[in-house]
Amino acid sequence: MSRTRPLSRTHAPRMNISFRRLALATLFAGGTAIVIVPALPGAALADTKLLNVSYDPTREFYRAYDAMFAEWWQAQGNPPVTIEQSHGGSGAQARAVIEGLDAQIVTLALASDIDAIAERTPALPKDWQSKLPHNAAPYTSTIVFLVRKGNPKGIKDWGDLIGDGVQVITPNPKTSGGARWNVLAAWGWALKQPGGSAETAKAYLAELFSHVPVLDSGARGATTTFAQRGVGDVLLAWENEAFLAQAEMGADAFDIVVPSVSILAEPPVALVEGNLTDDAQRAAAQAYLDHLYSPEAQALALANYYRAWDTSQAAPEDIARFPDLDLVTIDDFGGWAKAQPEFFGNGGIFDQIYAE
Amino acid sequence: MLHGKSPLPGFGLGMGILLLALSLVVLLPLGALVGQGVAMGPVELAHHLGSKRVASALTLSFRAALIASLFNLVFGLGLAWVLTRYRFPGRRIIDAAVDLPFALPTAVAGIALTTLYAPSGVFGGALASLGIQVAYTEAGIWIALVFVGLPFVVRTVQPVIDEIDTEVEEASATLGASRLRTLRRVVLPTLAPSLMTGFALALARSVGEYGSVIFIAGNLPNQTEIAPLLIVIRLEEYDYNAAAAIGLAMLAISFTMLLAINATQVWNRRRIGHV
Repeated sequence: MSRTRPLSRTHAPRMNISFRRLALATLFAGGTAIVIVPALPGAALADTKLLNVSYDPTREFYRAYDAMFAEWWQAQGNPPVTIEQSHGGSGAQARAVIEGLDAQIVTLALASDIDAIAERTPALPKDWQSKLPHNAAPYTSTIVFLVRKGNPKGIKDWGDLIGDGVQVITPNPKTSGGARWNVLAAWGWALKQPGGSAETAKAYLAELFSHVPVLDSGARGATTTFAQRGVGDVLLAWENEAFLAQAEMGADAFDIVVPSVSILAEPPVALVEGNLTDDAQRAAAQAYLDHLYSPEAQALALANYYRAWDTSQAAPEDIARFPDLDLVTIDDFGGWAKAQPEFFGNGGIFDQIYAE
Repeated sequence: MLHGKSPLPGFGLGMGILLLALSLVVLLPLGALVGQGVAMGPVELAHHLGSKRVASALTLSFRAALIASLFNLVFGLGLAWVLTRYRFPGRRIIDAAVDLPFALPTAVAGIALTTLYAPSGVFGGALASLGIQVAYTEAGIWIALVFVGLPFVVRTVQPVIDEIDTEVEEASATLGASRLRTLRRVVLPTLAPSLMTGFALALARSVGEYGSVIFIAGNLPNQTEIAPLLIVIRLEEYDYNAAAAIGLAMLAISFTMLLAINATQVWNRRRIGHV
């Protein structure tokens, strides 16, 4: 009895199983189709889509600019355009584009990150920086100090940062574009001191980083560590980030100290030509970059605490905000192509000051 | 052929799907990593791993993971014991809370822990007045790793405690064993395999943990820079080989440690002769 029953049992289910298999396979195929089909290109292109891959502190500016551009573009009699934003550490964003992120526009913290895309993919022409005015930098910024209200440690210039008991907050130059400008600005100041040379500048940099208790990976993280966690006496920050922190947290929390020497930070923009699919998208993307130089966009950049070229439509208080100071430029370092490996490459000056 | 071996149908299909999924998700990425290492060759591998900075990052990652997992071993066992053996109000809520580290994005956990333990935070402020700094030191890393590793120990030990017959402990007591002796000779040997598994899982998880740690660690080279962060830094330099080399080193060390833990398990099983 126990021998015959299992046999007949196994027969019946086996028939069912093949049906079940069929059903399963259909389910699988159906499921896969549902997942894949919408991802296929050219399924339905109602309006033009652009992806702008940018760095950390530009969130507020591009949120406003995207709305301004979309409206202006449509008012010119063009089909509507939708702009998507992606923000993160400049280096990580460049790597995402290299590895295939479908960005039509890159707006990064420094030229060497866009150079990296041009070097490693054919999507971006090598001469990208000559395609737009002002080295393809529609707005600029510089590096300033953000200190606690009343400046209790009496910090006035770079030399005060290595005073006894002073703690300095900066993001990690390895992962943050802004922090690379910090390092170069410090170097520029040290070179201009009496008897300044590459050796004294390197010694100063080593001393400076021995005063750094935390290295955040990005500019926003460093601002949070300083402003909200209450760590450190000075934050080395983008000027726009310093103004923003002051505006967000209230002017009674922090003071901005402008050092005697800083650096002209040029965050450049470029078209990722290889990721443009049709003429409509190309026209919109090109206009998106060109329009950054228009008086109204320049006024918007100024209102978002960036230094811009065209002040014709800006509010007077947005212009008066920026003090004049002695600015070194990346050209003093031989351009990013030279400065990047020399200072921040594996085994470069920044690695050396931590190896000693 | 296969039908003859097992009365259970579906082996071919099931195994096929499993192998496909395993290959796509686990074997291919690991294979690519090992492949990159082979392509580099031993000289370049040694070059990438030879620096003091890589050595201190690897040491820090494994030391912090070991410390945190040992803490979880003790603390997790205690928590599992209380949750299984006693009935008290709020037990179910605590039981559910144990799973939170699984569910919470690790970045959120990292930010929350940093907010609490930074000098401006609630715990951090109190500790700072005692001269102890937690956030941005190695102690901060321990706390983050304890957080992510805890549920692994609790959840592997809990069902085993549930299975132990209290009669066995009672028998041990009536035969004259002290409480400590019962614990040491009766309870712990039964729990040992699951404790080891939980420990191994927590360890493996915390060695590679990145999201929560980077917020609470100071990330200073040679001091509070964990190996996964150094991998990210190498990637930022477009130095894929150096990143792969550190990844391979972590994989090799983790594999050796898990192998050692498994070997202890086998030895333990032989010694006791059951379970």
